[in-house]
Amino acid sequence: MAESRFVYVTYIRTTPEKLWQALTAPEFTRRYWKETRQDCAWKPGASWKVIIPDGSVIDSGEVVEIDAPRRLVLKWRHERRPALKAEGYSRLTYELEPQGETVKLTVIHEMDVPQSQFIQAVSGGWPLILASLKSLLETGESLEATRHWEACA
Amino acid sequence: MDMVFKALADPGRRILLDRLRSQSGQTLGQLRQHMNQHAPMSRQAVAKHLAILERANLVATLRRGREKLHYLNPVPIHQIGQRWIGKFERGRLDALAELKQTLEGENHG
Repeated sequence: MAESRFVYVTYIRTTPEKLWQALTAPEFTRRYWKETRQDCAWKPGASWKVIIPDGSVIDSGEVVEIDAPRRLVLKWRHERRPALKAEGYSRLTYELEPQGETVKLTVIHEMDVPQSQFIQAVSGGWPLILASLKSLLETGESLEATRHWEACA
Repeated sequence: MDMVFKALADPGRRILLDRLRSQSGQTLGQLRQHMNQHAPMSRQAVAKHLAILERANLVATLRRGREKLHYLNPVPIHQIGQRWIGKFERGRLDALAELKQTLEGENHG
């Protein structure tokens, strides 16, 4: 059982297909996830990377489980800050469940490390990114604080 | 959004959220034990407060084996914050909040 875990839930007025696309396609992620994109073939075992605007890799891992548009599990390691990289791989799960006119998106980020610094570090970022993803899908506009990489502390 | 404000209007529920913030992923029993140090409450009362928090999406739950674990879900609070706080105010507000916290110590507001 994971020693460090955060769980986030948001209900978004959209379809599972559109939400899946927003979670994976660069033209979407750039807008609500601080100009980053993911480089991945989106199949089991495929390597996965998060690339920032200057082209460098900030996170990497692989696809553990993929069942579009319902469930995606990634192995995820931070690559830039040595202390976070040293903690090794975390596990990120996206679950998409249609509920009436909305889709319930559950994001679970966990790691088998007690008091993980990495899980702590991302816990400040996820709520904002997810609020922005919701705003983008429902209004066509992402939140200003998530539009540029520079805004990321 | 109404549900979020209603859920936050109760001091007992805010204590539950504080508790989940300091340690996420707790069972009803663990939360009740903590509540007993503040305001003793029946298991049913704690369960009812948690259900209100969950309906407002301030608490997310996960089943792990036989346990139901409760997690603080800060996403709705971010949505509220983003609605009234502009991009350029954020830095100043953070600085003010930090100053207040430093001078007064953390409190439950």
